[in-house]
Amino acid sequence: MNTLLWVVLPYVVLAIFVFGHLWRYRYDQFGWTTRSSELYERRLLRIGSPLFHVGILFVLLGHVAGLVVPQRWTQWLGVSETGYHWAAIVLGTLAGVCTLGGLALLIYRRRTVGPVFMATTRNDKLMYLLLAVTLLLGLGTTVISNVLGEYDYRRTVSPWFRSIFLLHPEGDLMAGAPPTFHLHVLAAFALFAVWPFTRLVHMLTAPLGYLTRPYIVYRSRAGAPGDPARARPPAADARRGF
Amino acid sequence: MRVMTQLAMVMNLDKCIGCHTCSVTCKQVWTNRAGTEYVWFNNVETRPGQGYPRRYEDQDRWKGGWETDRRGRLRLRAGGRFKKLATIFANPLMPNIRDYYEPWTYDYDTLFTAPEQEHTPVARPRSLISGRPMKVEWSANWDDDLAGDPSPDPVLQSVSEQVKLEFEKTFMFFLPRICEHCLNPSCVASCPSGALYKRSEDGIVLVDQDRCRGWRMCVTGCPYKKVYFNHRTGKAEKCTFCFPRVEVGIPTICAETCVGRLRYIGPVLYDADRVAGAAAVPDERDLVEAQKSVLLDPEDPAVQEAARESGVRDDWLEACRRSPVHKLIFEYGVALPLHPEYRTMPMVWYIPPLSPVVDALGRTGHDGEDAGNLFGAIDALRIPVDYLAGLFTAGDPAPVREVLRKLAAMRSHMREVNLGRVPDPAVSASVGMTPPLIESMYRLLAIAEYGDRYVIPLADPDQGPGSEELNTGCGLDFAGGPGMDGPFGEASGRPRPVAVENFHALRHRQDTDELGEPPGRRPARRVNLLNWDGKGLPEGLFPPRSRSRDDS
Repeated sequence: MNTLLWVVLPYVVLAIFVFGHLWRYRYDQFGWTTRSSELYERRLLRIGSPLFHVGILFVLLGHVAGLVVPQRWTQWLGVSETGYHWAAIVLGTLAGVCTLGGLALLIYRRRTVGPVFMATTRNDKLMYLLLAVTLLLGLGTTVISNVLGEYDYRRTVSPWFRSIFLLHPEGDLMAGAPPTFHLHVLAAFALFAVWPFTRLVHMLTAPLGYLTRPYIVYRSRAGAPGDPARARPPAADARRGF
Repeated sequence: MRVMTQLAMVMNLDKCIGCHTCSVTCKQVWTNRAGTEYVWFNNVETRPGQGYPRRYEDQDRWKGGWETDRRGRLRLRAGGRFKKLATIFANPLMPNIRDYYEPWTYDYDTLFTAPEQEHTPVARPRSLISGRPMKVEWSANWDDDLAGDPSPDPVLQSVSEQVKLEFEKTFMFFLPRICEHCLNPSCVASCPSGALYKRSEDGIVLVDQDRCRGWRMCVTGCPYKKVYFNHRTGKAEKCTFCFPRVEVGIPTICAETCVGRLRYIGPVLYDADRVAGAAAVPDERDLVEAQKSVLLDPEDPAVQEAARESGVRDDWLEACRRSPVHKLIFEYGVALPLHPEYRTMPMVWYIPPLSPVVDALGRTGHDGEDAGNLFGAIDALRIPVDYLAGLFTAGDPAPVREVLRKLAAMRSHMREVNLGRVPDPAVSASVGMTPPLIESMYRLLAIAEYGDRYVIPLADPDQGPGSEELNTGCGLDFAGGPGMDGPFGEASGRPRPVAVENFHALRHRQDTDELGEPPGRRPARRVNLLNWDGKGLPEGLFPPRSRSRDDS
């Protein structure tokens, strides 16, 4: 059972996540969008959306620090155990509350603003459910494990997480963790499994290239999609920047 | 010098009667789909008026286009790259659906299903956005023909301290607008994904529907508000300059169907290396001349040489020499760009209307075709001229006055010709033209043939003349057809031609039972003929055949 949950399942989810994205990127460029609803309503979105997105970026950073960075590295850097602990509690709770608050506002908006609700698909509803459950369990885990009873996940959960990517899975490490961690991780598995098939894919095309590309983009007609048959030498130096 | 070609348009505003035929045909061809109900790639505004979307010219509010910073460098008015990414989660400068208008339909079904009653049943308006009954309070041309109060017009406010026009001084004309297909497009520069691009062969600005991720920054970036967000597909859409048509040498649908024949299409040559410098000249009032200086003279042998080196084909060069657009901008000097102060180098040009001046003159009882009277009126009527200057020359009345004097001279000269009198050469000389030049301008403006108004070289050199317009759609791309339903909702699936991209979304809107269906009734299909594309037979177009007729 433990092997199934903490060794087989992670790889299944990972495979769905990676190959699902690859498949959709090839198959469904047209559907790959944020599906913004800002045109309908802006007042609530202006508060809720940045709150949620900035919050979840910090949550992501927190997970990287907690799961990917081994305890030895932070010790080597001179970060004491209590210092790390407090930083995790304060920042993690803050980011979690921001994210959940933003999400609550966005879900409230989605339900109460007529046009936004009309534009909500079943796919969206499932995604919102999984996202909310994962986030709630995640915040709950932070609070319970750090505040009520101290549990050092960096000795069990984090090595298990890294062991998966090192292709030497140690499921027993995770099996010994408290049930709150189990629930959070299982909810996250479900979220990652549906991720490539929801609007969440927009995260993977965050437009960081904008920072370096020239402002004006020229394209030759031959390069335009839908025009593959029109062979013509592409215009040399077809971009301009200033 | 890097020579590139651009298909440009000129509109002669004196001939626009505001019939909206261009808007309607464009809408039928390009935006009769769900998600684009509120979108008009071509719209006709009454000026003075608020425009569509409301007060889009107020760039203190919307921050479209470019501006120069303290060191004279060009930058996006809405903020640079970092600011764009920082505000990506909620764009503070994007117009709401109410700034355009909330599209609606009518509950026609009640007309058929209402029980017998004392009063005639009424088809009430229903929002196409929320599906609820709504009060119609605004639309794309709500202030048509000076309906309502034109005083919120930002251009009018910049011209006149006393905003409310006295009735005797009112004037009005129509302004048809499409995407400007700018040489320095700020929508392209605003797109974080790099999905918008300018075609190097003909300068048409397009949205790559596959690369657009719905960040909406292009809507903010365009000062003319001519990039729209399809709220169904979550992608940006804009005027395509009817590229499937112009590629095979026929004019855009708006130009083709124009009742007044006021649109001219032709290519111009420009120097791509000089665009950024010309867009950054310090004084706004120099922008018209700067924009003209970027365009190149196709008769100049040095330009021809450079054009060939840059890969411009000979048939395109020849078209540039015959281009009516080039003639109207340079040879006759009567075409001006719309809002050059946005620094985007717009490539749809306008001949400002003389009619406000003629109308005012006529009201005073003077002869509206006499050159002396017209010249005097152009100098005396400050508000119409300043208003036109606010539209076409960044507020400089001199170029507008010069164009209007040319049009007045042409009017007066041709009256003498038509009455069989000898025209006074002093009239044409006073505007720097000769009688033959004035008469050739008259021919182009008044009686030009199809082939003179539209000089459109073929995109593909191998394509013979007389080729059919490319069919942009597949015969099987109808609602419910093979491959039309993607797995992730209506917007997903393989890329398909832009004109037919999501008819399955349309179908849901058209024949959904959600609007005004009385409870307990057998669900009936609703067919909106305004949105029907003519392909296939939608269910419910005809009443079901009765069994008895089938048997016979």
